Amino acid sequence: MASVSEVPLLKVNGVTLRYRIEEKTVTATERVGFRIEQGDRVVLLGPSGCGKSTLLKAVGGFLHPSEGSITLNGRRVEGPGPDRVMVFQEFDQLLPWKTVKENVMFGLTASRTLSKREAAERALESIRTVHLEKFADAYPHTLSGGMKQRVAIARCLAMKPDIILMDEPFAALDALSRRRMQDELLELWNENRFTMLFVTHSIEEALLLGSRIVVMSPHPGRVAEILEAEQLNEAAGSHPEISERIKRVLFRDAPEYVI
Amino acid sequence: MKRNGIEAGLTANGNLLPVTERAAQDNRLIKKLYKLFDYVWLRRLVLLAVLCCLWEWYATRLANPLMFPTFSATIKALAHAVAGGGLPGRIATSFRILVVGYGIGVLVAVFLSMLAVGTRIGTDLLELFTAMFNPLPAIALLPLALLWFGLGNGSITFVLVHAVLWPVALSAHAGFSGVNTTIRMVGRNYGLTGIRYVLAILIPAAFPALLTGLRNGWAFAWRTLIAAELVFGVSAGNGGIGWFIYENKQQLEIPSVFAGLITVIAIGIAVENLIFDQIERRTVLKWGMKSARQVTPGTVKSAV
Repeated sequence: MASVSEVPLLKVNGVTLRYRIEEKTVTATERVGFRIEQGDRVVLLGPSGCGKSTLLKAVGGFLHPSEGSITLNGRRVEGPGPDRVMVFQEFDQLLPWKTVKENVMFGLTASRTLSKREAAERALESIRTVHLEKFADAYPHTLSGGMKQRVAIARCLAMKPDIILMDEPFAALDALSRRRMQDELLELWNENRFTMLFVTHSIEEALLLGSRIVVMSPHPGRVAEILEAEQLNEAAGSHPEISERIKRVLFRDAPEYVI
Repeated sequence: MKRNGIEAGLTANGNLLPVTERAAQDNRLIKKLYKLFDYVWLRRLVLLAVLCCLWEWYATRLANPLMFPTFSATIKALAHAVAGGGLPGRIATSFRILVVGYGIGVLVAVFLSMLAVGTRIGTDLLELFTAMFNPLPAIALLPLALLWFGLGNGSITFVLVHAVLWPVALSAHAGFSGVNTTIRMVGRNYGLTGIRYVLAILIPAAFPALLTGLRNGWAFAWRTLIAAELVFGVSAGNGGIGWFIYENKQQLEIPSVFAGLITVIAIGIAVENLIFDQIERRTVLKWGMKSARQVTPGTVKSAV
């Protein structure tokens, strides 16, 4: 047990991800590495094309690194599994043929984590934490975008996974809903202290949600800088300053970009 | 409705209301009648009644029951066939063969489309088969089927399977390959693989397309079955509805021929509306996987 503290919850070690589009091989990320500890809120931040989503899918087990390794609690990630639950950007991640409650239960029963009865209880509990108890028996197509994402988060929280993987979950929402969802997510974290890896291209969102920010540069995706919580806290009063710094890091190789 | 109208004209103690008030109430009555016409089924029922009246009128004027019997004679023949002419037995015979043929066709179709989703060679095979056999009316295989399986259920079943298999396989393949990546990933994220993945994710996600396929398959099967039955009775004196039509034509019982045709139509409509529409309402419409406006009533052009 003594060694547990030395093994990080998640270790991404020199990961290179390549995929083929027709005849061309595209390198999404090159030798990317970082660690995530219990209770961290790590944000992968970068412009489109930096491979952050691809990297998240690799952590999810949907892609295999062509170089390097991803380990969870010291065990190599070989495929998808319910110990790493993903929340996607797309609203259609909910199963339209199941009600809100059944959707939240689905993860628990499909993964054989809980029996049906226990799953129903845990699902209702989880739905309450995202304030959707009135909609437990509604079908997803009757919900707004923000509510659908809350259901997806509830489904994910109910699983109590080792790590929650979020792939720009609020990107398709309108600005007001996005803001509310970000606050709610932080509230949920305060209550549950889960571990989260969050992908976004919004500097503002990264600064708001992250306890650590892994800034990535594009073509191919590399880790440009890792900002720790202390640095972020220092800059808490002066967001403009640190976001300027992130912009400089992000675009130092691409002077033609203008924000 | 009418009674309401009469009562509306009188007060409780039977006195007539002032004229203006009565006119207003008549107005309301007319509005109510108009509202009633918003019901599709009512409009259709009225149209149907008009058509039946036209039929009766024309056939009576024609006065040639051998060529074109009246509506009432047809209904009489239908009632007679149902009560004592063994029509229910014929329907049962038809349905027995239909269920077997349809069942086998659907199972093979699902298997083929699974194979097509899983492997590239399976996709090629399915596409080749459907391209080849879709233009070929199933009934055209009947002579060959008779040669292979003889005069009997086997031949009709073979033709039915052919009629159901290709349209269902085509829809099923489209449905399975159209399941979006996010839902697939959700399924695999929670550890679903193999048959559990197929049952819990692929089939429900592809259900709108599957249902369309089943609906089309049914339409093809029903038309093909009647056509095939016209050619021969399965075992002497015990054919299906198609055979019932043919037999009565041979015996110049033309009202019974019409009765047989009406039965074919009625069963077709009943299965469409009572079975498939109900399934649709309880599944894809309830789940919002297909909006109500998109619903197309059996869009099969010509199956035979």
